Amino acid sequence: MILVYVDHENGEIDPLSLQAITFARSLGDDRIEAIVVGTGAANCVPTLTQYGAAQIHVAEHPRLTDYAPVAAARAVIEAMALNKPKLVLGAGSARGNEVMAHVAAITDQPLATDCFTIAIGSPVQVTRARWGGNLIEHANLHADVALATVMQHIVQPEPASTPGPGSITNFTITLTDADLLVRVIERIGDVGGGTSIADAKVIVSGGRGVGSAVGFAPLVELAAQLGGVVGCSRAVTSEGWRPHDDQVGQTGTKVAPDLYLACGISGATQHIAGCKNSKTIVAINTDPEAPIMSHADYAIIGDLHQVVPAIIAALRS
Amino acid sequence: MDVLVCIKRVPLVGGEILLTEDKMEIDDRRLGFGLSPHEECAVEAGVRLIEEFGGTVTVMTVGKAAAEEQLRDQLAIGPDRAILVETTSEFDPQGTAGALVEAIRSDGTNFDLIILGAESADTAGYQTGIRIAHALGRPVITNVKGIKVENGSIRCERQVGSDREVYEVPLPAVITVKDGVNIPRYPSVPGRIKARKKPVDKVIPTPPVARLEKTGLSVPPTKSTGAKILGHGPEAAIALVALLREIGIAK
Ligand SMILES: Cc1cc2nc3c(=O)[nH]c(=O)nc-3n(C[C@H](O)[C@H](O)[C@H](O)COP(=O)(O)OP(=O)(O)OC[C@H]3O[C@@H](n4cnc5c(N)ncnc54)[C@H](O)[C@@H]3O)c2cc1C
Ligand SMILES: Nc1ncnc2c1ncn2[C@@H]1O[C@H](COP(=O)(O)O)[C@@H](O)[C@H]1O
Repeated sequence: MILVYVDHENGEIDPLSLQAITFARSLGDDRIEAIVVGTGAANCVPTLTQYGAAQIHVAEHPRLTDYAPVAAARAVIEAMALNKPKLVLGAGSARGNEVMAHVAAITDQPLATDCFTIAIGSPVQVTRARWGGNLIEHANLHADVALATVMQHIVQPEPASTPGPGSITNFTITLTDADLLVRVIERIGDVGGGTSIADAKVIVSGGRGVGSAVGFAPLVELAAQLGGVVGCSRAVTSEGWRPHDDQVGQTGTKVAPDLYLACGISGATQHIAGCKNSKTIVAINTDPEAPIMSHADYAIIGDLHQVVPAIIAALRS
Repeated sequence: MDVLVCIKRVPLVGGEILLTEDKMEIDDRRLGFGLSPHEECAVEAGVRLIEEFGGTVTVMTVGKAAAEEQLRDQLAIGPDRAILVETTSEFDPQGTAGALVEAIRSDGTNFDLIILGAESADTAGYQTGIRIAHALGRPVITNVKGIKVENGSIRCERQVGSDREVYEVPLPAVITVKDGVNIPRYPSVPGRIKARKKPVDKVIPTPPVARLEKTGLSVPPTKSTGAKILGHGPEAAIALVALLREIGIAK
């Protein structure tokens, strides 16, 4: 049996958790169980059934009204004790990795994050991402129960061909004050404003080649025209030209839009780590030899300061 | 307050990653070394707190003797001292966390705040800070992009999409920070000179058994054979717009 920790926001399941459960179904174990924690968890049941969950553990606690990573880990550990999984999986998201790391620390087990493949045997063998996926590590997991997370965007979320029976176990987690110490106490809305780059279908991204903060104005205009948002490279955020939330890459956000338009970005591996799952990558660069050329699907060789306004004009006509 | 920052020396890989013959390591003979941007921000965050509240910053690494270079580089921007937990091979994340905890305990300083990166640049385990926090019985806030220390508590912001979540815990605590929490300063020349004289203590850790045991490395194939050139200069805009219409992005 494989147990999947499913992250949600008031019953709305995180798409990366749906990727994780889709991935779990491909591992050759015929029983998938899911655990959902906190307020609204019960609302996840219909979708998890569609995704093939045989059993859904719904863990609640009167004091657990928002995300609290240690409490979520305690719930996972309680669910592990019920049905003895061979593998516990989470999404390779900030929360998935965090909750699974707490599970690993509390149970003193190893944890393999950002996995591409998992072969359940003894030992469990994994391949996992190093350098944001630019290097693959092959590893054995010497564990009583294997703990792992799934690299983002290596599978598309897909409901199961036959839905799971989806039987439900409800339980109240046993929690101490210490388990609830770290929790979301407040939310500040829309610091960046509007759609985030993680969800955008179109990203017009700028690099050092844009040259300045004001140089981004045409990129902002083009992004608006295409119903998308602006992204950027680290060179740009370290110059302070754009806010850090816009940064794409290994230490920024990993994105997967339909279109990624890379303007004046050289294509360092740490940048590519964040955008390589885009459906179509188009580069605009003065340098035909820039590394981005071997990752892009299409390119325009030229000065972005001329090319971007020309695209804006061509879209208008 | 006393702050500890944990950093990791990594080879700065460029376009193509080359491996050693046994495929167990990156061939780093032609590469420079540095830190993850997350950790550069972690050191900067520590230094800013001391500038505000007074106290000390210690930087610590588990790594080879050569990692003294990264400790000295960071001492140049302000920390007071460094501890090198010296090893000859790479530890798995549990081993790394164990070695850090052992060194923290034997140092004896009751650090008010321990700052790490959200994930290391090379191995990206996302767990060292969390393991340290549990071992020391402290709360841990991860992926931090905003820090405020007040009245013995630390209040942190974390990015979720274009929103922020706020967390607050009492000190002593552990946090893991993300690139963008600040913009790290460059070391000054006097800073570099002072750094040469700052103490770097060396300790030898108890060697761990790897439970996430690396058996090899491989380089993934690149996706494409190269970009199709749509054209040169502004004239190529027409071809791009045609493409955007074809793939349904533009009307
Ligand atoms: C551990 C680690 C993590 C990192 N994480 C990230 C990350 O998350 N995201 C990230 O982006 N980087 C990251 N980096 C930094 C990365 O290695 C590169 O330094 C960075 O991506 C370079 O940004 P750039 O492409 O904008 O700038 P450059 O490399 O300077 O490239 C500028 C490009 O613009 C082109 N250009 C110049 N003028 C024009 C013009 N007028 N018109 C068109 N093209 C023009 C040039 O030909 C060049 O190709 C990380 C580095 C490390 C070590
Ligand atoms: N060898 C090491 N020495 C010191 N700190 C480390 C080491 N490895 C990881 N860390 C710290 O832990 C963070 C998270 O690493 P990881 O859990 O490996 O992703 C890093 O950003 C560092 O701050």
